[in-house]
Amino acid sequence: MLAPIVHILPLTTIRRERLLPVSGRVVARLDQKVSPLDVVAETNLGQKHILVDVARSLGLTADMADTLIQCKPGERLTINQLIAQKSGFVPQIVRSPNDGRVVAVGGGQVLVEIGDTVFELRAGFPGTITRIFPDRGVEITSNGTLIQGMWGNDRVDYGLMLMAPRLNSPGDILEVDQLDVSLRGAILMAGHCSDPHALEMAGELPLRGLILGSISPDLLPMALQSRFPIVVTDGFGHHPMNPLAYKLLITNTKREVAINSTPYNRHTGARPEIIIPLPVSQPLPEARDSDVFSAGQQVRICRNPNIYEIGILKNLLPGLTIFPSGLSLQAAEVLLESGLIVIVPMVNLEVLG
Amino acid sequence: MPSSLIDADSVMAVDVGSCTTRATLFDVVEGSYRFISIGQSPTTASAPFKNVEEGVVRAIENLQEITGRTFLSSENKLIIPSQDGSGIDIFVATISAGPAYKTVIVGLLNDVSMQSVNRLARSTYARVVESISVNDRRNPEEQIDSLLQLEPDLVLIAGGTDGGATRSVQKVIDIVGLACYLLPAEKRPSVLYAGNQAVAGDVSNSLKALSSSFNVSPNIRPALDVEDLQPASRELADVNMQMRRNRLGGVQDLYSMTGSNLLPTAYAEGRLIRFMSKVYQSNKGVMGIDVGASATTIAAGFNGELTLGVYPQFGLGEWVSGLLRYTNMDEIMRWIPMEIPVNYVRDYIYHKSVYPNSVPATLEDMAVEQALTQQALRLAIGAINKEIPTSIKRSTPGGLPYFEPILASGSVITNAPTVGQGLMILLNSIQPVGITKIIFDQNHLLPGIGAAAGHNSMLPVQILESGGFQGIARVIAPLSSARAGVPILRGRLVTSDGNETRFEIKQGTLDLIPFASEGAGRLFLEPIQHTDAGFGPGRSGEVQVIGTLLGVVIDARGRPLQLSKEAGYRREMLKKWIWTLGG
Repeated sequence: MLAPIVHILPLTTIRRERLLPVSGRVVARLDQKVSPLDVVAETNLGQKHILVDVARSLGLTADMADTLIQCKPGERLTINQLIAQKSGFVPQIVRSPNDGRVVAVGGGQVLVEIGDTVFELRAGFPGTITRIFPDRGVEITSNGTLIQGMWGNDRVDYGLMLMAPRLNSPGDILEVDQLDVSLRGAILMAGHCSDPHALEMAGELPLRGLILGSISPDLLPMALQSRFPIVVTDGFGHHPMNPLAYKLLITNTKREVAINSTPYNRHTGARPEIIIPLPVSQPLPEARDSDVFSAGQQVRICRNPNIYEIGILKNLLPGLTIFPSGLSLQAAEVLLESGLIVIVPMVNLEVLG
Repeated sequence: MPSSLIDADSVMAVDVGSCTTRATLFDVVEGSYRFISIGQSPTTASAPFKNVEEGVVRAIENLQEITGRTFLSSENKLIIPSQDGSGIDIFVATISAGPAYKTVIVGLLNDVSMQSVNRLARSTYARVVESISVNDRRNPEEQIDSLLQLEPDLVLIAGGTDGGATRSVQKVIDIVGLACYLLPAEKRPSVLYAGNQAVAGDVSNSLKALSSSFNVSPNIRPALDVEDLQPASRELADVNMQMRRNRLGGVQDLYSMTGSNLLPTAYAEGRLIRFMSKVYQSNKGVMGIDVGASATTIAAGFNGELTLGVYPQFGLGEWVSGLLRYTNMDEIMRWIPMEIPVNYVRDYIYHKSVYPNSVPATLEDMAVEQALTQQALRLAIGAINKEIPTSIKRSTPGGLPYFEPILASGSVITNAPTVGQGLMILLNSIQPVGITKIIFDQNHLLPGIGAAAGHNSMLPVQILESGGFQGIARVIAPLSSARAGVPILRGRLVTSDGNETRFEIKQGTLDLIPFASEGAGRLFLEPIQHTDAGFGPGRSGEVQVIGTLLGVVIDARGRPLQLSKEAGYRREMLKKWIWTLGG
């Protein structure tokens, strides 16, 4: 049976595409070493448009108005710049209502793009440019620890990772009084968050990122609005962070960490990620993306009971197994870290590797 | 050339669902088509495969293992047509996998073309994210900016009766055209124009070069008081397939393998329901429901006319957390027959959106899963009921029309731990009225048969009669204004061997009269006072009963079903009803 894979790896080769939302200009070069804040590509994102109805303003047909329009697509306009003029005893003039760029002319109208901003795509994590996608972006390759999460709020940042003060176990709740000015600019690692005030305080400091094992669904709207990236490694409700991710993060505190909280998209395979760049002496294998279930794999259980617990797949059971829910399903025996062996439907397992 | 048994061919139908890919084999046995077997595999449309082909091949391999027949060559290519006992003769496919398309609907008047184009959008896997009409109070640049921000996958345009408004149509087309022009070429949407045919050429000139594909269908509103969605719906199915072929790996190959016989699952299901409603020639409608991961689909056919509702927002897969935009936790909690904390249920919903393929392993999770299904289906029923033409006879003003049969698919229903639980989900959410029969499509045959119907018109008729489906219960849902506990209906069930069972039904109850599945008999119903048992208020009647798995269910709990506000009592009642249906 095909097995979904989530990467929680202490040391691997990480290869990621960084792409612009629309076509633009790639500024990075092949084989260039980049740091997380380096701009690798940029583009103009038009913010708003103004439709200047020349025909109506001059009381003309569209075709007649088109002959009087004096600007062309691509041309930059300044406020009050002349767009069209109708001569006569009292000349009538149509001017640009704003600074902007002409994007279309026709039908007696002029469409002006205003307030365009330059969007700069940053590398997000340190590495080497290993591929260029003309007009779209780059592929960056790096080595280090990779921890994939299951929920993110679509932000990117990089900084020093610190443990939340008084964090003793992966299920500890992040309280507002654990957050003080000493954490400003840090990427904070904590267990669970269900307190809106804690998120609010994290934004006020501000943190540069937040890594949680679990989050209360009530906080999701607020987390989506947060200006710093938030990655949830395991799930919703009060559950401890999985021990594998917890151990990796604990052992890497006070290191520079890249956090990309892109939302999980099962169609593209994109997941929120934490990348901890580490030096290596020799090339490392890349993480595999597909597998079939087999004995010996490290797996995580993604449904109750034993939800989010990690264990080793001991044995694929023949035939179908009846579960307390009443369903008969293909199942496997899993040896949990506690030493307990449980039987789990295979569709409720994901391979960690 | 008419289809006949002389040119009988083996038929394989593949359905690529959001979670599961199924390969179904139909073949001729003793002179008529039969459902032979089904193979399954997880769908591989998503990462890491991003190609549906792997799942299709695995499902066919599974079918090979089950049937002992060979369909794939050593290179894993489908052998078609069959040769030397290997392969198949006809291959059709349906697909619902992939995200619902971000869709913008464009029309003229809110209560005319906009309503029609909205209904058109609901006939496929579309999420309407924006609407633009002449009633729109925003200025054109705001509408353009909105389109640019949303980057729609699909724009559906209607408006103007044939020979009617042209300038207004051109005005909204200009807005769409400008937005398309400003979008990067790779992000331009597909466009389907289904408005005033007099300007179709002009619209084509304006938009063809600015869209990723431009399609024209007959006007969905040819006259002010005439709505005709079917030709546009067929065209929309094609557009949907074009988009799937362009965006989902392996779909183009699947399309080629089928010789262009690839349809959206919902469209194929709808086609079969329309066909059945025509064949049955009943004064009732035929309903097909499919509660899936990508969408909840409801097809309601009345004498060959179809109302099809595809509701991605009520699907039970990755978008399930979005259900809370249309309902609240109380409305979900009310269907749970055991005490479970509301936070547990909320966490479950969000969790399921991340793990849509996972299944309940505990009793509690199963109760939550079934509650979610009931609420999603209840919402979908409410939505489709508004779409069914007002000319269709209804039990009460605004109530649900009469349907017989009701065909249900979706693993939460048809693979429920007991058929009683599956039936309970349907009775609670559909709340049928009068006399009906509930049938489970436990092998998810409807889309395959619907797709194959285009090739072979004998196949649907013969499969429907061949027992490929599971008759669950004959359901009588009497309507009465009596108070709870008051007798409203008397009846007797007489079996073909002469056995007679008499019963009296009280308002507010749910009863089961078991009846051997292989038997036949007649059910005589005598309403008390003005009860409508399906023959009209106060009118007696009889119906033939052919054995179903459970027998005759009399659902006298009232319409709409009112659950007690007292949680403990409500849970007890829910448990009692499930026990009545066999636990």
